[in-house]
Amino acid sequence: MTDDKDVLRDVWFGRIPTCFTLYQDEITEREAEPYYLLLPRISYLTLVTDKVKKHFQKVMRQEEVSEIWFEYEGTPLKWHYPIGLLFDLHASNTALPWSITVHFKNFPEKDLLHCHSKDVIEAHFMACIKEADALKHKSQVINEMQKKDHKQLWMGLQNDKFEQFWAINRKLMEYPPEDSGFRYIPFRIYQAATERPFIQKLFRPIASGGQLHTLGDLLKDVCPSAITPEDGEMKTQVMIHGIEPMLETPIQWLSEHMSYPDNFLHISIIPQPTD
Amino acid sequence: MAMSSSLLWAVDIFGRVYTLSTVGQYWELCKDTQLEFKRVSAVKQCCWGIACDHQVYTYIFSGDVPIRYQEETYENQRWNPVGGFCEKLMPSDRWQWSDVSGLKHQQLDSFTLPSPHWEWESDWYVDENIGGEPTEKGGWTYAIDFPSTYTKDKKWNSCVRRRRWIRYRRYKSRDVWAKITSHDDPDQLPDPFNDISIGGWEITDEPVGRLSVWAVSLQGRVWYRENVCHRNPEGSTWSLIATPGEVVQISCGPYDLLWATLWEGQAIVREGIDRNNPQGISWSIVESPSSENGIMHISVGVDVVWGVTKDRKVWFRRGVNSHNPCGTSWIEMVGEMMMVNVGLNNQVWGIGCDDRAVYFRQGVTPSELSGKTWKAIVSGRESDRSQTGSSASLLSAGCFFTDDIQNQANAIIHGDADTSSDTELPSVSMNLANTPPLGAAASNSGNAAGNQTAEISANLTVDPLDSDQGEAGVASTSNEKANLEKHKSSTNQNPSAELQWTNIDLKEAQKHPVLSISTFAETSSLSSLGMFSVGAEEQYGADEHPLWAWVSGGGCLVDSHSPLKWFSVPSGLTSSVQSLSLSITPAQTAAWRKQIFQQLSERTKRELENFRHYEQAIEQSVWVKTGTLQWWRNWKPHKWMDVRVALEQFTGSDGMRDSILFIYYMYHEEKKYIHVFLNEVTILVEVLNEAKHSFALYTPERTKQRWPIRLAATTEQEMHDWLALLSMSCCESRRIQGPPSHHAIWSVTCKGDIFVSEPSPELEAGPHLMPCDQMFWRQVGGHLRTIECNNQGVVWGIGYDHTAWVYTGGYGGGFIQGLASSADNIYTQSDVKCVYIYENQRWNPVTGYSSRGLPTDRYMWSDASGLQECTKMNTKPPSPQWSWVLPWSQDNERLCPTEALGKGTSWLHVGTDQPFISISIGAFYQVWAIARDGSAFYRGSVSPKKPAGDCWYHIPSPQKQKLKQVSVGRTSVFVLDKNGNLWYRQGITPSYPQGSTWDHVSNNIRKMSVGPLDQVWVIADKVQGSHSLSCGTVCHRTGVQPMEPKGLAWDYGIGGGWEHITVRGNATEASRVITHDTSEEDPARSMDLEDDESKGKTEPSKTTPLMVSEGQELDRNAVNC
Repeated sequence: MTDDKDVLRDVWFGRIPTCFTLYQDEITEREAEPYYLLLPRISYLTLVTDKVKKHFQKVMRQEEVSEIWFEYEGTPLKWHYPIGLLFDLHASNTALPWSITVHFKNFPEKDLLHCHSKDVIEAHFMACIKEADALKHKSQVINEMQKKDHKQLWMGLQNDKFEQFWAINRKLMEYPPEDSGFRYIPFRIYQAATERPFIQKLFRPIASGGQLHTLGDLLKDVCPSAITPEDGEMKTQVMIHGIEPMLETPIQWLSEHMSYPDNFLHISIIPQPTD
Repeated sequence: MAMSSSLLWAVDIFGRVYTLSTVGQYWELCKDTQLEFKRVSAVKQCCWGIACDHQVYTYIFSGDVPIRYQEETYENQRWNPVGGFCEKLMPSDRWQWSDVSGLKHQQLDSFTLPSPHWEWESDWYVDENIGGEPTEKGGWTYAIDFPSTYTKDKKWNSCVRRRRWIRYRRYKSRDVWAKITSHDDPDQLPDPFNDISIGGWEITDEPVGRLSVWAVSLQGRVWYRENVCHRNPEGSTWSLIATPGEVVQISCGPYDLLWATLWEGQAIVREGIDRNNPQGISWSIVESPSSENGIMHISVGVDVVWGVTKDRKVWFRRGVNSHNPCGTSWIEMVGEMMMVNVGLNNQVWGIGCDDRAVYFRQGVTPSELSGKTWKAIVSGRESDRSQTGSSASLLSAGCFFTDDIQNQANAIIHGDADTSSDTELPSVSMNLANTPPLGAAASNSGNAAGNQTAEISANLTVDPLDSDQGEAGVASTSNEKANLEKHKSSTNQNPSAELQWTNIDLKEAQKHPVLSISTFAETSSLSSLGMFSVGAEEQYGADEHPLWAWVSGGGCLVDSHSPLKWFSVPSGLTSSVQSLSLSITPAQTAAWRKQIFQQLSERTKRELENFRHYEQAIEQSVWVKTGTLQWWRNWKPHKWMDVRVALEQFTGSDGMRDSILFIYYMYHEEKKYIHVFLNEVTILVEVLNEAKHSFALYTPERTKQRWPIRLAATTEQEMHDWLALLSMSCCESRRIQGPPSHHAIWSVTCKGDIFVSEPSPELEAGPHLMPCDQMFWRQVGGHLRTIECNNQGVVWGIGYDHTAWVYTGGYGGGFIQGLASSADNIYTQSDVKCVYIYENQRWNPVTGYSSRGLPTDRYMWSDASGLQECTKMNTKPPSPQWSWVLPWSQDNERLCPTEALGKGTSWLHVGTDQPFISISIGAFYQVWAIARDGSAFYRGSVSPKKPAGDCWYHIPSPQKQKLKQVSVGRTSVFVLDKNGNLWYRQGITPSYPQGSTWDHVSNNIRKMSVGPLDQVWVIADKVQGSHSLSCGTVCHRTGVQPMEPKGLAWDYGIGGGWEHITVRGNATEASRVITHDTSEEDPARSMDLEDDESKGKTEPSKTTPLMVSEGQELDRNAVNC
């Protein structure tokens, strides 16, 4: 019997094998070897790439080094999206390892936020958690927590400490027994094909009739194109953490078990691969 | 056997070999029971073992693919003009019968079976297929000459021909133990054998089924078996591999990892193993994790190494991989094991030290290689079942584990692997509610036995947290035999014996080993399900509970998604337990749920399987220290209880360290823990207790509660190790290093320990005043009764023997750095001025850590000079914990002129009417003193030019009160009376510096210190916290303003047990820092001379380099009141 807790672990310990290569136009003193790393799906690029930065800075002239940023096939990668989301959105169904290009010049100001320190990531992460809890519990749970609990959530993520994180996050995933779920489900739907960054709406886990809303219900409501077949064929994939949950999956369960550490369900809608 | 199942192998203490299938529930006796074995090492297709005759045997499973070996030889002929092709060859030609190269003579009858385990399939025959095509003409191929290219057609110039003869032999000894016979030179024979390990199948695919077989002989030599592969499962010969010492035991992983243990207790690691060189090239030595206890046993997997030291502790080796087969460091794991074995997928099994049960390490995953917890395998043996029926097998199997209960119990256990969860050992207590019948029954077999048993059992029902448990353990050990005896004799007659379940921690389990062997395991949460009635109708005895000696998981494939049935007992009772504990919701069986599990598993395979060798982006944290301490439990009745403690230290990706202290305890048989982030700890303070070596740990919250976490160690050394490590971690997480600043606030406890805190500007002013319970205090070595400082870094103290001491840290050149680099440096830096006193000097926990934190460093100081001198003083320390360490140097002439006090000044006797007991000097040369009769004096006309002033003004004490201490700030004058009242001197103006009246500020004050900002700090008694009352508490007067010099309220800080504080160094004000000269700010020292015999001696004020006229001084001194 597999336990739901195993899902949490699987989600937490998801890793994407990644090959970092330096952008060809970067000026180096000697040739830059590619750098291979297993990236945690649930973390943030700038949080886990200190090694990458060090590796490439070794071969660069000091004056050439400025803020690092990452790009995949021409798309600058937003560090404030979880890594798993970036991969699912831009690179699912491609060969592994994921090949990311490292840049130190020409920071794409219009595409990316600056990330000068870990504090920026922490602030972003905590803001997401707070927003999620505002949706789930009118911020009651997060506000009742002590500062050290907030810190523990962040440290858990930063140090890849599943137990540490979940000891606190557990509380964020609870709901009053008289309710059958959260107030609203914190989710964001991303579509690779569109300009719009993501879709986020208020969506309740329970229908007015009392039945559980499913992933399919959510998509039908906020992003019907994602589940509309064309010519009798599904043209899109609905992906969370690299898998395609069935549309019958209750959204409340998904929110409890497959949210990212920021407490949001990040759902990618990507084109069906053509074989 | 189903394709998906695989086998775990084990040997019981009688040498019987059993296997347990991953889909099975019972240990099955190995089919071949002729032999008894010492050790086995299994892989998927076979198992190798050392039998009791010290010979090596291999057990090859029967399978669909026969093991056949094709022998071949060539028949060679030359054309002869007379007889055509014939057997006659030229003298220079090859043999008539040879191998393919022609170099080796191989007649048909020279082929013999290599061992009795082979049989011929048929006789020799000619291979008529050449290059896959059938030939006619008897399989001959032709060539011009030997050696050359052969063709199947005869040509005009074909002078020679040859054909191949083939005979197959088949390995017949399958599903039995086949002795490895050796044809080696008897002198070289590695006989007898002691240990064996097989693996290495992932090094190369060629030849098929290639295995590395390593063995150790009793003489401690290591042997490698050559040419072991599918078609040659026995291998050919033993090769001796040179080792740097005598080897005891060896372990070979599936890939290129090979470790062995030496008699001396180190491990050796084979380097250079690869597909071209499966034997490897050289050895590296890895030291044991503990100096006293060498490594006894080692087991390796793909990229993990587990070890057991001679004290049975289990260790996990960090950082092991192909590039670094030696790894980086050892981590101690929970549990004590006889041996451990790493199998497929780095899964781990072990044999429990006390109960000899086989344990499975749960939660071993690629990301958590050290797993989560040891879980006993409770499967019974097939034989037990058939012999004694289900009820008995239930008892013999002895465990009511279920996965799900376990998970729930551990759901909140924190942190990873080793220390996060405790070992669950099988244990039980019999609740002999129906003792009379039992006693009666027992009397049949002997009264004594029966009575003892009843007593033991009664003890065992005591709460396991209770300290009485120890006695119970002792009793049970001494009576183990009787106990078992009794079970045998009585169970038949007592069908309604009830079992009550308790959870006993590792420690306890060790105390009654036989009980744990012979009886049952359970989980903590089970106990909450209440009691189970077991109809113990069947006879059972110790013999029926398997006691294991060896386990091998090298062929056992456990993956996270195939549930094992090893942890629960297949019986009606167990299933009812399960149904009690499991609430299977329909959702759990839904298709969408299955789909998610399946897809996640596929995702892991897809994204991780081929990339496991990649580096992880986030370094895993390190468990710095774990251990057992006692904890003053926080529920009533309060008492000390054993807890496991773990300090987890992790390095953030920014390189900064942070630490969490976990305390795991049992609460009503439930495992719980508390944790503290060390960056929230405000102080660690040793608490002297008659019987315990204990210390208290405070956080702001705990300070408010007046209820610290109290921990005790069994030895002083252990406590100091913990204190040193915790203090270091606290300082590290707060980024505090180096000596205290000049503004530091100093305090001493009633035990004489000295603590220092760095004031933040927000402490005294600013929009958000920092509560003083958030102040971080660190200990400074030394032992004082009273301490005073100024804001130039001068710190003086008076010891309990009335000796004066001056702090040398300020000009000693950074003692902390010295300490951090090496002990030698410290010694060198401590010049003769630093005198160490008291025989029982020791390293101080705070100052005493080195970068490595080695406790051995401390003894550097044991015979430092000065010892003699101090013992002469014959002082009686209030505690055995006195320590004078280097930051302090003794001023032996005490209160005599020293250079530190200014150029050329000397003590000038200032006449007084009576002895003084306290004196203090304000920022503007206000000298106030308290006489022995409890009245105050003000010295008139003191100035830089005239430091002695001219005359004393007697100032009457508040009515009916006798004063005992005075402290003068910038302008404020506070006094303290002997009844603990704090008074403020009203009406002080520049023209009337004596002031007019005393204003009562507060009662319950023990000591006070007024600082250069006129800030008021006191040691107060009777501070009520939310959990307890504390005496001797550091308190801060809030709301002190120029217009409100008495302040408004108290803010409560650390305590109790504090004796003294000085804030006279803290001139750090928030944004509105005073900008005048330091000389003006420089407060004079205040020295508390309570019950000091130094009557009449006063301390001169410091000379200031900048002379200021009295007139200016007075103007500035204007007080608005």
